[in-house]
Amino acid sequence: MTEVSVAKNDVAATDELVVLKSVNKHFGALHVLQDIDLTIARGEVVVVIGPSGSGKSTLCRTINRLETIDSGTISIDGKPLPQEGKALARLRADVGMVFQSFNLFAHKTVLENVTLGQIKVRKADRKQAEEKARALLDRVGVAAQADKYPAQLSGGQQQRVAIARALAMDPKVMLFDEPTSALDPEMINEVLEVMQQLARDGMTMIVVTHEMGFARSAANRVVFMADGRIVEEAAPDQFFSNPRSDRAKDFLSKILHH
Amino acid sequence: MFDFLEGYDLLGAFWTTVQLTVLSAVGSLIWGTLLAAMRVGPVPLMRGFGTAYVNIVRNIPLTVIILFTSLGLSQTLGVNLGADEVDSINFRLAVLGLILYTSAFVCEALRSGINTVPVGQAEAARAIGLSFSQVLGLVVLPQAFRSSVAPLANVLIALTKNTTVAAAIGVAEAALLMKEMIENEAALLLIAAIFAFGFVCLTLPTGLILGWVGKKVAVKR
Repeated sequence: MTEVSVAKNDVAATDELVVLKSVNKHFGALHVLQDIDLTIARGEVVVVIGPSGSGKSTLCRTINRLETIDSGTISIDGKPLPQEGKALARLRADVGMVFQSFNLFAHKTVLENVTLGQIKVRKADRKQAEEKARALLDRVGVAAQADKYPAQLSGGQQQRVAIARALAMDPKVMLFDEPTSALDPEMINEVLEVMQQLARDGMTMIVVTHEMGFARSAANRVVFMADGRIVEEAAPDQFFSNPRSDRAKDFLSKILHH
Repeated sequence: MFDFLEGYDLLGAFWTTVQLTVLSAVGSLIWGTLLAAMRVGPVPLMRGFGTAYVNIVRNIPLTVIILFTSLGLSQTLGVNLGADEVDSINFRLAVLGLILYTSAFVCEALRSGINTVPVGQAEAARAIGLSFSQVLGLVVLPQAFRSSVAPLANVLIALTKNTTVAAAIGVAEAALLMKEMIENEAALLLIAAIFAFGFVCLTLPTGLILGWVGKKVAVKR
């Protein structure tokens, strides 16, 4: 009895931050997201894995409405996603996003990349914004590159700047859409380390990735997707050592042990 | 050999050409940018207007547009753009006509520049909470302008030469003076060569300088 009530209290304390309810999306005839139900609690790190074309990137992009959905609801911190407009822009400011291809603003310096949102969206003054930007760049280990342009940085450095740019908005949740997939192997770790640190600091994170090591070590929960559906959800230990579904077993047998 | 030039205000005529060019260039850059913003914007009505404007205006001969500003706007509707003298009325009408016409081409040059900006740039800008106009003004257009310098230089060169159409409504620019000189003097080839040279002097540096600027400001990716 006691245990049950403790568990309940836990749920209440770590309330639901991102809630997707029976979300459906089509790309033409392709049903990319099929009845997706997913709840992410505050402070939770959820790693979404699955084969290519399973809809995991699309899922990630629907959460800040870079992709629209056909039916179902998505709410963040209790508020449903608004239509395109000022309210949506405000909400997006609270949802950090890191892209596969970095997408740093190519005509602005690293420092300007990190201050732009603070100044134009949060209305911070330039000096404070720069101070905060330099602190964040220092935190992700690229403080020395502040005055360079993105094209002058390596992929790993660019991605860390992109993480700093998202963090500068003080987001409630961070979305990572295959953040290491465009990186040379030797640069993957420097980005993963930053993400590990973020996870330890209690950031709520939704990470779409093929990095199983990261999923094992940083995730609270692994969500396995295939063919537009969530096939399996489990703690990482349980998922990797003892997957329940055949689809997950098949997937893991192809990517592990070699 | 150049005695016949006496009594003609050659520099004054070319100065009018330069004024027509500069004022029309500034005006059509502004109006063309707004049109481009409409054409890539999310509001269907504005998109429709931008598309219709460009497709109608760029397919009408400039002479027709300039004549319409004079015969239609000024003489029929009494729109004189705040001027009283005939000369300045015509000058202003010509600038208006050139802006209306050239902005369609500026819009399309810019739109091709916007297409060179990777879609991820706009997505990243939206993802940090910038509004549509901020995404366009702070991230997309600055990069689009940088990659549109060469096509915009083409438009500017075309505009410089198109100012000669203003002669049709009596603006005292280079082409009107040329017509007058050809009628009065017996030196057709020489006069034509002088005016051709004058225009090359205006447009050749424009092209060379803007070509250099285009390389200088190109966004490295």
